[in-house]
Amino acid sequence: MKTADRGFWARGVSEALRRFGPLAALLLMGLALSLLSEHFLTFDNLLNVFRQSAVNTLLALGQLLVIITAGIDLSVGSILGLCCVLAALLVKAGAPPGLAIAAALAAGAGLGTINGLLFTKLRLPHPFIPTLGMMNVARGLALVITGGFPVSELGGGFRYWGAGAVAGIPAPVIVVVCFCVLFHVFLTRTTLGRDIYAIGGNRQAALLSGIPVDRRLALVYGLSGFMSAAGAVVLAGRMNSGFPLAGVGAELDSIAAVIIGGASFFGGSGTVLGTLVGALIMGVLRNGLNLLNVSAYWQTVVIGVVIVAAVWVDVLRQRATEKSRAARR
Amino acid sequence: MNAPLLRLEHISKAFSGVPALEDVSFEVLPGEVHALVGENGAGKSTLMNIIGGVLSADAGQTRWEGRPVAVESPRQAQELGISFVHQELALVPQLSAGENIFLGRHPCRRAGLEWVRWEEIHQRARALLEELGHPMDPRRLVAELSMGERQLVEIGRALSLRARLVIMDEPTAPLSERETVRLLEVIGQLKRRGVSVIYITHRLKEIYQGPDRVTVLRDGRRVATAPVAEMPPEALVRHMVGRPAREQFPALESSAQPGEALRVEGFSARGQVYDIGFRVHRGEIVGLAGLAGAGRTELLEALFGAAGRDAGRVFIEGRPVNIRTPVDAIRHGLALVPDDRKAKGLILGAPVRWNMVLASERQLCIRADREREKTRRMVDELRVRTPDPEQAVAQLSGGNQQKVVLAKWLLADASIFLLDEPTRGIDVGAKAEIYEIIRRLAARGAAIVLASSELEEILHLADRVLVMHRGRIAGELARAEASEESIMRLATGGSSR
Repeated sequence: MKTADRGFWARGVSEALRRFGPLAALLLMGLALSLLSEHFLTFDNLLNVFRQSAVNTLLALGQLLVIITAGIDLSVGSILGLCCVLAALLVKAGAPPGLAIAAALAAGAGLGTINGLLFTKLRLPHPFIPTLGMMNVARGLALVITGGFPVSELGGGFRYWGAGAVAGIPAPVIVVVCFCVLFHVFLTRTTLGRDIYAIGGNRQAALLSGIPVDRRLALVYGLSGFMSAAGAVVLAGRMNSGFPLAGVGAELDSIAAVIIGGASFFGGSGTVLGTLVGALIMGVLRNGLNLLNVSAYWQTVVIGVVIVAAVWVDVLRQRATEKSRAARR
Repeated sequence: MNAPLLRLEHISKAFSGVPALEDVSFEVLPGEVHALVGENGAGKSTLMNIIGGVLSADAGQTRWEGRPVAVESPRQAQELGISFVHQELALVPQLSAGENIFLGRHPCRRAGLEWVRWEEIHQRARALLEELGHPMDPRRLVAELSMGERQLVEIGRALSLRARLVIMDEPTAPLSERETVRLLEVIGQLKRRGVSVIYITHRLKEIYQGPDRVTVLRDGRRVATAPVAEMPPEALVRHMVGRPAREQFPALESSAQPGEALRVEGFSARGQVYDIGFRVHRGEIVGLAGLAGAGRTELLEALFGAAGRDAGRVFIEGRPVNIRTPVDAIRHGLALVPDDRKAKGLILGAPVRWNMVLASERQLCIRADREREKTRRMVDELRVRTPDPEQAVAQLSGGNQQKVVLAKWLLADASIFLLDEPTRGIDVGAKAEIYEIIRRLAARGAAIVLASSELEEILHLADRVLVMHRGRIAGELARAEASEESIMRLATGGSSR
């Protein structure tokens, strides 16, 4: 069939753009920056970019799951803040670092699961609502239990995941790589992952195909909360402190990374590789603009432009796909 | 003979090199109702989009009242007097009928600010709807109107725009039989006012109930245009499919077996179906007829656990079961082919393979090889036309999409199939194939409940017919008693005798 053939190529190009567009953009940016600044393309600097992107990447992985289901999680920054101070207080109270970390992770997963249950059981109209509520509740609790003051001087063992290193590779980088691999396998090799894409693609059809939609959504929001806590462990370790205002605005950075990485806001698509690249694009932008002595205020402006541009490219791509589809009617 | 109102000459259109229309000429006379038929993909939508200014032709000429025109935007088409009554209705549900009719053109009084003249809107809207022969309160919100009433509002809107040509794309697809009759009356009214209508439909019967002429498209070409009186149904189908019509779907041998597969007693749900009781045997096809809104979809979805139920008992193979979610239903061997495959049946953006295995591959790790093998088997068995099982289902035609939904349940080893409008919006060729699949299922011992608005379909396939009226079963007809008349009598609230 000649028509199918053409459609196939058009789709192939569009698909390649979706999959590798963000990666190509990242490489181009890297190329430009290495020409503009001699400091950019050094092992130390690249490692630094990676390390500085670590917390955002962890949050973005959780956010990715949520966005694939056509949802949004506004509470990741606040859960990160609350888990930071929880872990820090436990360490201060003399708990072993491992226990403090486990408790923080459990708290994050629990709060996230509550988000999911509020959304599914109370039939709230959109995840925006429960996670907006949780965003305020978690931040408020973080301030309440610390009285607004940071909890500092946490000691060596606890700091490992934020400040440690293995064979010169910073521990946060290792954590990020491990979670990326885990999430990639989860999303592409398990039926749970496929259920998540199916729910985002068409929730009603997923339900009528026998997918326990509510349970899957609780899992997704729970994992997002868990990843916030993982981010908290890395951040508190790096800063040697749990401060209650950690992660203010982090939810928006994580959403930006997922969207720049090619996921659709309408759900049903998005990849771990894309999200990692999206987070790195943001990291490289910040780092590059620093190296070029651009003010931090301008960095925010540039990131805003990149978010809109990335989604616009995706819109153009989809329009092209729809055209080639309409052609076959 | 009148000069044509609209005349398309030698229109061709290709999308990235793929021809969608080739050298199509087509005309509409003033006050004529012109039916346009063809299988999906024949080029009907492309042709209508060219007329409506949504697409521009690559070659050819459009004439409006004899003058060459270039319709380059929907707005321009509207100014000429061309209006669409959309398949997906383009109304704002939160606004009143009257407001929708004058949307964007509210009559206003200018006094510093523009004050909307509500009285005038409602009066004029009321007058328009009365002219159509079906008075309605223009203050009612569109959200509260039935599909048929919404169409009237759209037609009223077209009239208020002084439309001289109204294009209706499958207007009867969502309508009950009674609403269909009313629509045909309204079309008669339009005709009397000298308004021309292009009427796109999949239901052959309607072509003989109003339209003056019919044009058949096939594979982007016009294959016939004739007065409907000179185009008997067999000829029409032959033109559409390009091969001789199968005999008009005769009733078939029953494959019902003695074993009871499904029994429902005193079943009520959602406040929309009441006290339903029936049974289905293995290998039996039970038709579920009724007007739109009679509760067929609600009944099937509640049986499948997708909507809460209030009372009643369900037995499968004689054993009582408690189905609270679709997961329970699937475990008990039930399958639901929903009435709207795009909204409820498929993950459109996902590949064919995913969609097919969604209900059956439930272990934690995806086993891609086994899935590919299953998909290949289903593609062969159901003759799903897809270049590649990894292709997104959205790219498939309606008939092939429906086969993917069926494949999902075949792979899940379902033994009781609840089919809700399984051939809605599907072309004649694919319809016959779906019928074939349903019959094969029954022959293999599956129990089938077939809900359909198309009586021909029910009469063709069903061994027994249950007729619903206002959420209740109004009566049951054995195959020998079932006819369009006896079904309609029950469906409209009459008795079975």
